[in-house]
Amino acid sequence: MTLVVALGCSAALLLLGIASLAMRSFSGRSTLVYAGTFAVSLVSLASSLAQLLFLSGVTPTVTLPVGLPWLGAHFRMDALSSLFLAILSWGGVSTSLFALGYGRHEPEPGRILPFFPLFLTGMSWVILADDAYVFLFAWELMSVTSWALVVSHHREEANLQAGHLYLIMAVFGGFTLLLAFGLLANSAGGYAFSAMRSAAFPSWTAGIVLLLATIGAGSKAGLFPLHVWLPQAHPAAPSHVSALMSGVMTKVAVYGFVRIVFNLLRPHSWESSLLLLFLGGVTAVLGVLYALMQHDLKRLLAYHTVENIGIIFIGLGLALAFATNQIPWAAALSLTASLFHTINHSLFKSLLFLGSGAVLAATGERDMGKMGGLIHRMPGTTVAFLLGSVAISALPPLNGFASEWLTFQAILVSPNLPQWALKFLIVAVGALLALSAALAAACFVKAFGMSFLGRPRSLAAAEARETDPWSLSALFLNALLCLLAGLFPGSVVNALGPVVQELVGQTMPQQSQPFWAPMVPIAQNRSSYDAFFLFILIVLTGLAVTGLVRWIGFRPIRRSAAWDCGYPDPSPSTQYTTASFAQPIRRVYASSVFGAREVVDMPLPGEERPARITVKIHDPAWQGLYAPIIQIVSFLADRLNPMQFLTIRRYLLLGFLLLVFLLLLLSLWI
Amino acid sequence: MDLVQSSLIQAVQMILVLLLAPGLTGLVRKVKARLLGRQGPPIVQPYRDLLRLFRKSPVLAPNASWLFRIAPYLIFAFTWLATALVPTFCLGLPFGPWADLIAIIALIGSARFFLALSALDVGTSFGGIGASREVMIASLAEPAMLLVVFTLALVAGSTELSAITAYVLSPSVGLRVSMALAFAALLLIALAENSRLPIDNPATHLELTMVHEAMILEYSGRHLALLELTASLKLLLYFSLIGTIFLPWGLATPGASLASYLAGGLFYLLKLATAGVTLGIFETALAKMRLFRVPDFLGAALMLGLLATLLRFVSSSL
Repeated sequence: MTLVVALGCSAALLLLGIASLAMRSFSGRSTLVYAGTFAVSLVSLASSLAQLLFLSGVTPTVTLPVGLPWLGAHFRMDALSSLFLAILSWGGVSTSLFALGYGRHEPEPGRILPFFPLFLTGMSWVILADDAYVFLFAWELMSVTSWALVVSHHREEANLQAGHLYLIMAVFGGFTLLLAFGLLANSAGGYAFSAMRSAAFPSWTAGIVLLLATIGAGSKAGLFPLHVWLPQAHPAAPSHVSALMSGVMTKVAVYGFVRIVFNLLRPHSWESSLLLLFLGGVTAVLGVLYALMQHDLKRLLAYHTVENIGIIFIGLGLALAFATNQIPWAAALSLTASLFHTINHSLFKSLLFLGSGAVLAATGERDMGKMGGLIHRMPGTTVAFLLGSVAISALPPLNGFASEWLTFQAILVSPNLPQWALKFLIVAVGALLALSAALAAACFVKAFGMSFLGRPRSLAAAEARETDPWSLSALFLNALLCLLAGLFPGSVVNALGPVVQELVGQTMPQQSQPFWAPMVPIAQNRSSYDAFFLFILIVLTGLAVTGLVRWIGFRPIRRSAAWDCGYPDPSPSTQYTTASFAQPIRRVYASSVFGAREVVDMPLPGEERPARITVKIHDPAWQGLYAPIIQIVSFLADRLNPMQFLTIRRYLLLGFLLLVFLLLLLSLWI
Repeated sequence: MDLVQSSLIQAVQMILVLLLAPGLTGLVRKVKARLLGRQGPPIVQPYRDLLRLFRKSPVLAPNASWLFRIAPYLIFAFTWLATALVPTFCLGLPFGPWADLIAIIALIGSARFFLALSALDVGTSFGGIGASREVMIASLAEPAMLLVVFTLALVAGSTELSAITAYVLSPSVGLRVSMALAFAALLLIALAENSRLPIDNPATHLELTMVHEAMILEYSGRHLALLELTASLKLLLYFSLIGTIFLPWGLATPGASLASYLAGGLFYLLKLATAGVTLGIFETALAKMRLFRVPDFLGAALMLGLLATLLRFVSSSL
């Protein structure tokens, strides 16, 4: 029943997308489409939550007579699917709600409206698919529609380039997944996931499939060094689509990876977890370091997605390491931490991208160097963005801390592992995770401080207006969920129980009711955390201190010019900027990681040109991996260029030679 | 132990740390002054300063926002709560199970987050200097601290502070290399976290060398008083942390007699005094470091922490 409802919702979205094409001349179509996606996503959310929370005992399946003739289209909604469908549907709900207001700023709605519901359809089919054909079809649908959304503002050259890069990476990722499913189907004897689930794969197949899945899903999720498209493509789309891509599509990629690695493919060898842990740790730290170097608010957020994907993959790597060593309780802990972080990231990243959209609509700026002082002009957006910043910086009592705390707890049980390589790597990964958490806090001091605090750095920022009530309500709903998930992590852990049970065969200990009781991942005397009481205490002590201060003697506030050590400067350009704020961190970390160099050009006394400081930053992924590939491709293309201008005889000769070569190959093969 | 008694102990602890914190700062200042051959202000001077500041009306810049006004209260609440969670004179605090050592570190991180934001609020260049330097220092100190926590958690098999202390008090602990390394790392981190020499000079008002002082430059009146009190409280927190984990002797156990609580309190005072005098001597002997030497200093702490954790992973007896 729930599956039928969910499929019905995805079909309704499909129809909505097509219908929006027919409504070209209708002026209210933007409102109609977003209201439609809002309502349909709400129904889909209800059905997936019902499946996850109340009906996890039964797993509905549906086979439709479409797709490959001998296969049909299989759909299934187990606990894992229902969890991710809930994440997706919530993303649909909040971004549609936001777009009800934000969509009015859109100059060319015709380039967004048909693809927005289709994008949601594609993602929901990926999640519900139960055979390789539907999965890959839906995966490509998701890629193509999101590409169309990325290039919707096609008049900007940078967006077209971002779209081009995205398309190449998406094709490459889809191709590796195709190969992965080919290998799986070959050993399992069928394209249906049910056949793969019951099959046992030879170890070399398992290894290669895991590698291919890491590349295929990892490139969509933004794993280093396959992340290069992400910080270009996600910000290029309209902000509610950016929120959907960063908050939800990367999660669908995580879903694809978890589905293949933890559900379809087994057995694994412990060595494969080395790859995941290493990639996760490197991605987490490099993602946040990249983010710290950015001036563009949306690009900074996109790089943070890379960081958080790293954290999610650290959890998945730990889960795989424990599962292959038959320590299921620790695997359950790691997987719960990872899935919890997936939920959290989807909430706060949607919130932050929507917030950046509100700022963009109000000021027309993405460059933080031209913002400032928005706390006075946009109070509601500021509060929501502040909550999102605290959450993503992994600070208590919000949700980001709860999931990172669980990941740390999982790292701390790893001396139980027998392999030395894993032990050493996990210590290093733990240090990297701690480093990325601290750097994330630094980065959001910068992002929030530069955009919302200080004095306005441009006229647009000085005259910004608060965003519309629709957008604000979407922001605050996400912020509220961040707070609730942070205050009652035990309830989230309980809700994740069926998913984890399904994937590693055990769950974390049932967290005790009532829901404000401390979260206890392993045992009471080992570690526990109670965000709710900490929150209450912070509020109470804050109030108590306020009362105490009033009791000692309360004088009214006076306003006067800023002190600034006696030299206040009225020009807002004397404030710290994004570049100067990040300068100490850039000197400490980026000079080695990114080869950052500062060139100071100081004019001599009497010269009239201004002093300049130029910062050069090299991207190791681009220069180490992509630039050589591009060079090879263009070299080959240059060499093959003369082939375009041959005579018909030579083309026939080439065709003949190819035929001979292929026949020769065939005869050798057989 | 019944609920009334444990709540009473928690309340005593919270009030005790609040009352002792300014005195500790006064003690350090007195020791430094005497070592420099000055008379120095009396130890109670910080109390007088606080009272004076609390009674003055705060002066705000015209564009200071609501965040600037509530931040001191929030920062103070986070820090006070973190301090209340560290056992000072007795074990088994009722707040203990609500936050383990990782959460305590994160609470201090939350306080720092809001402090750095409030420094950026008025939009002055000094606020920017302070905030950007503070987050750079924290980006090294926080991971180092977490690695120390990892070591302790692996030694004791728990991240709960009272469980760690109980383990250190038990005879099975012995002498451990990893604990020694973690201790050294924690000392370095404590200096950095509290803006002490050689990282930052709490007495400086030379503009370009300030970190913490630059962040609170725009604050005045009761807001400044709260932030000064928070700084004292944080110093006390780190002293308590070191005292509880590495020198846990004299701590009263839950349900002990009144006399042993009093003895625990006396021991605690003794530890604080020793730590304060040591810090005074240490700071007198050192010069401030150039800002970009700080990563080397904290990198050493990070490496010590990493080494300690690795040793624990390699062998359970080290």
